[in-house]
Formats: sequence, structure tokens, C-alpha cells
Amino acid sequence: MAVEFDQELDASGLNCPLPILRAKKTLAGMESGKVLHIIATDPGSVKDFEAFAKQTGNELLESGEEGGKFQFYIKKT
Amino acid sequence: MSDMKKLAIIATKGSLDWAYPPFILASTAAALGYDVQIFCTFYGLQLLKKKLNLEVTPLGNPGMPMPLGMDKWFPVALTALPGMQAMMTSMMKKKMASKGVASLEELRELCQEADVKLIACQMTVDLFEMDTSEFIDGVEYAGAAAFFEFAGESDICLYI
Repeated sequence: MAVEFDQELDASGLNCPLPILRAKKTLAGMESGKVLHIIATDPGSVKDFEAFAKQTGNELLESGEEGGKFQFYIKKT
Repeated sequence: MSDMKKLAIIATKGSLDWAYPPFILASTAAALGYDVQIFCTFYGLQLLKKKLNLEVTPLGNPGMPMPLGMDKWFPVALTALPGMQAMMTSMMKKKMASKGVASLEELRELCQEADVKLIACQMTVDLFEMDTSEFIDGVEYAGAAAFFEFAGESDICLYI
């Protein structure tokens, strides 16, 4: 995965709903068009970030698992 | 504001475990762009106290998993022993912290930052003679009719 990003959020070890809440907060401080890379270990975050993107209009560019960690790239609209 | 989706929650429980659903759902909904109100009534008023001293009890709760599989063999009557509740509460809090589950204080703060409106039921505040100076700032006081004004327009309405 070689998506370019502007900011990174490590939500490893955090459980529902913290990864989403932290992501929301971080995105709020970013300009539109910028990309946030989120790292999480909560398996529930896979479905949750899809749902988050769908409901907030922010674009989930790519997601996947790497070394037991879940990676998400969200572009702020 | 009016085109925002709305979530209305009635919080009626005042134990550690039951305090989680209202705050988790409210904070998440707010992050998704919902306008959220939590109407706290009866034991749910405990969620508004500055100092959250909520506990969890295995007493009368056959669904609560206990350490060492105690929920399978430990006599129910003994879960009423003095100190059991405090012990289970401290174990539950440790477990939650080790699993990266947010504390109630943190979730409530996130709710407040996200403008979740917390409403205390005036009738039950009077009924239990609650000291409202013990409540966090920003709590509003209202009754059933005020709840319906918001809930009637809500997209999701939960009784917890």
C-alpha cells in the first residue's frame, strides 16, 4: 500500500468507539483534500471506518491489513 | 441544524456497565454528524455527576461473565457478600483499561465536546432530592414534553 498521506493517526490498542472518535477529531483539524492515514488494531474498525466514510462523506481511499494492523486512508472532503 | 439527523436517547440506568451504551452511541452519532440529546431519568441521573462512582454487580445478573469461570460455579447468594460489588467493579475497570475501552469520563467528555445535549429529568431530580451542584456543567433540566419536542423529530430514538 503506497497511498500518500498528509497526517497519521495511530489508534492501536484503542477499542470501539475511540478509533472513530479520534479520527473524526483529527479530520476536523485538516483541510479538505488532505489524506489521513489511520492505524488500528480493533477488528471492528474495518466495518466501522467503511460506515464512517459513507455517513460523513469523507472518502475511504484504501484500507487493508498489514502485520496484524488495520490501515485506513481517508480523504477529507 | 434542521437537516442534521437526530438521535434521542433516554438513559435510565446508573450502573457502570449500563452507562456505556448511551455515551458510546451518543459520541459516535455526534461524530457521524447527528444532533444528539440524552435525557437522563431515574438512575440515569447518576451519569450526570461530576464524580462518576458507578459500580457493576454480579448479583441478579446471570449473564455477567466472571473471572475463573465463577459465573458457572460460584453460589449466587455469595455474590451478595460485602465487598463483592467493589471487587467486581475494580476488576471490570481494569479489564476495560487493558482492552483499550475508554473510561466513562472520557466518553462523556467527548460527548460534551461534540455538543451532545445532556438533559436531567426535573421530576426525578426532585424525587431523589439530588444535589444539582454535584452535576457537571451544561446540564439542562426539563420534562417529558420537552423530550418529545426533540424525540418526535428524531431519526433514531433509544430507551436504555
